[in-house]
Amino acid sequence: MDWQGQKLVEQLMQILLVISGVVALVVGYATESFRTMMLIYAGGVVLTTLVTVPNWPFYNLHPLKWLDPSEAEKHPKPQVVPVASKKKFSKK
Amino acid sequence: MHTFGYRANALLTFAITALAFICAIASFSDKFSNQNPSAEIQILNINRFKKQSHGNDEVSLTLDISADLQSLFTWNTKQVFVFVAAEYETPKNFLNQVSLWDAIIPAKEDAKFRIQVSNKYRFIDQGQNLRGKEFNLTLHWHVMPKTGKMFADKIVMPGYSLPDAYR
Repeated sequence: MDWQGQKLVEQLMQILLVISGVVALVVGYATESFRTMMLIYAGGVVLTTLVTVPNWPFYNLHPLKWLDPSEAEKHPKPQVVPVASKKKFSKK
Repeated sequence: MHTFGYRANALLTFAITALAFICAIASFSDKFSNQNPSAEIQILNINRFKKQSHGNDEVSLTLDISADLQSLFTWNTKQVFVFVAAEYETPKNFLNQVSLWDAIIPAKEDAKFRIQVSNKYRFIDQGQNLRGKEFNLTLHWHVMPKTGKMFADKIVMPGYSLPDAYR
């Protein structure tokens, strides 16, 4: 998932869950059925899971532009030379 | 939100937090319900009134209990626990409360009832103070919600009395 996709996922997740909650509450209160409220909310959570958790292709519409491998070879990483460590001798 | 596990965790946490909010609001909605319960108790008969072998008074009564507790039930009510207690004063104790009968009402339809029953639990005094005693019969109820705080209330019915002599 790319950055735009991640941002979209976060927003979608929060909005869908809040809407599920509100709808569940309103319908449950109107029908005087606690069970209805719980069922609607559970359905909303399942729906949100299906929409936001798997890595759908529409979350990857702005893919990151990684550097081309052939381009990377032209600019090799600098080699790290190990520095000789100074050891302290304790005087006996 | 970069991996499956991360998103699943975020969703689960937010869903449970939202669920807690929903339950709190559902519990709060109970404040808007109009409640007007009513009850009436008659003593049909005093079956037995004697002194036990170890000295305490004991009474056995038959009660006619009629009540309409339907307005206590909201969408957030799981059950109502109701009990009848006899309350009286003695020289030793300022308030004595003895539970005589109780029941669990699971649904609104069962909340309007009339029964004639002898006391489910024994009415025994701490001492021999019951002769000619005036007492109240109080109907208490505890409304147990599906989510939220349980609340309790009662109706006090004064004016009952026991006979002056043992039977």
